[in-house]
Amino acid sequence: MAEIAEIKEIKKNFKNSITGIELRSPLRATVSIRPDKLVKITEFLYHRLNLRFIIASAFETRQGFEILYHFSNDANGLVLNIHVVLSKKKPEIQSLTGIFEASSWIEREMHETFGINFLNHPNLEKLISEGNWAKGVYPYRKGGK
Amino acid sequence: MSKIIPIGPYHPLQEEPELFKLYCEGEIVKDIKWETGYNHRGIEKLSESKTFDQVFFLVERVCGICSTSHPFAFANCMEEIGEVEIPDRAKYIRSIIGELERIHSHMLWFGLAGHFIGYNTVFMWVWKYREPVLDLFEMITGNRNSYAMFKIGGVRRDIENNKIGKIKETLDLIRKKTDMLIGAVMDDPVIHARTKGVGILTKDDIINYGAVGPTARASDVAIDVRHDNPYAAYPLVNWKIITAKEGDVFAKVEVRLLEILESVSIIDQCLEGLKKEKEGEIETKVKAIPEGIGTGRAEAPRGEVFHFVKTNGSNYPERHKIRAPSYVNIATFKKSCIGQTISDATISLAAVDPCYCCTERLASVYDKDTGTKVFGGEELIKNSQQKTREIQKTILRNEH
Repeated sequence: MAEIAEIKEIKKNFKNSITGIELRSPLRATVSIRPDKLVKITEFLYHRLNLRFIIASAFETRQGFEILYHFSNDANGLVLNIHVVLSKKKPEIQSLTGIFEASSWIEREMHETFGINFLNHPNLEKLISEGNWAKGVYPYRKGGK
Repeated sequence: MSKIIPIGPYHPLQEEPELFKLYCEGEIVKDIKWETGYNHRGIEKLSESKTFDQVFFLVERVCGICSTSHPFAFANCMEEIGEVEIPDRAKYIRSIIGELERIHSHMLWFGLAGHFIGYNTVFMWVWKYREPVLDLFEMITGNRNSYAMFKIGGVRRDIENNKIGKIKETLDLIRKKTDMLIGAVMDDPVIHARTKGVGILTKDDIINYGAVGPTARASDVAIDVRHDNPYAAYPLVNWKIITAKEGDVFAKVEVRLLEILESVSIIDQCLEGLKKEKEGEIETKVKAIPEGIGTGRAEAPRGEVFHFVKTNGSNYPERHKIRAPSYVNIATFKKSCIGQTISDATISLAAVDPCYCCTERLASVYDKDTGTKVFGGEELIKNSQQKTREIQKTILRNEH
């Protein structure tokens, strides 16, 4: 499969931050990165490659909490997922709100539903349950009801 | 004296229920806050306990108006994971349903927008001509809403060739009436006065908030999943992305009205395509969905719908993430409403089409200090309509 231009760029600039690449089709790819490099790589994707942040999806696996940040290149239809794995004991990662507003709500939602802490988020309040949910109960975690 | 105007909290027709608090000083909106949690249905979690076939009926109920856009995105997503290619006839049928939905959704929006600024004739007219579209849905699918047409590998019902004539008849009516509405709206000085320069979103705002759909296209950001990441029959027909430059409410009206005409043209071409395909070939049999992840997108009337599904080889999704277009579009209120008057806030909020039929019922103005109700929903709309009448009078005075 031909290499995707965006991934080539990421490889060139962040060689040591990448932990894995999965190409599913010429328009769908996932790049796994070290969580501490997320902000730098996102800045690069947003400002230099002009990718649009669609949304982020979190899920829980044996490795811990995983987040896929979905980016879209609207010029060619590429969906690029940036994948990070966070530890189960202390799931936390830098917020992307310093780069764009689009991540503000979804980070609040992931904080609320999975208990993932987003550092430097200006307003990490509950989003979808607005205060009437028990503290420390994260409904979308495994075993949550 | 500073006042809080709550808009919401209940929005049963909306993907996300919401309560907006407008912080006002005098007539000017100074800040806006968003609260929710009144109607969270846990659909993402619920989806994990349903088989892939059942999930279609679940996601169809995410939104009442654009009820086919979520099954559309989910089907795209599952077919990506399973690497399923669907027959051309199914592609045409999917696009026809998607575009009919865009027509009736845009008409619904336009009618309500007319009502908000005091043009009740527009409201009556548009909703009258929206009815035949719903009748078409009833004829094709058996339902006026929530059509249950989609499945992995194709569609559930065929559009038999003998129905094409009736569909074309209705499309001709829609085309004629949309032309009439465009003529009535585009040159009306009062509508210009109420919507031009109101609720402006710049190109940078759109990119910063990640807004999508007509909201983005009205600010000259030409994104449309149908074009950028083609699916169904969209690569098989000729059509163009409608954009406008100004980013105000008028630009959004313009984009939506012209999109109705574009949708009519797409359906026309799809119907011609249907004639060439063999009746009844509407699905590919799919045995199993392998383990993997997939992302499905579809352009709903309000913008891009995004579904992410993680499968584990079983018959159920392991994780299903849904992002409706309003999720990103509503956040732009922070930009479009601040600095506006209360009477313009109603139409600015309405401009991104957040299924605001409930806004009119529940928006109220409370006195911050005493807690007493100053304005109810009806008064807010009256306030907005009053402004239109005053503009009408001024324009008439100036003409004489």
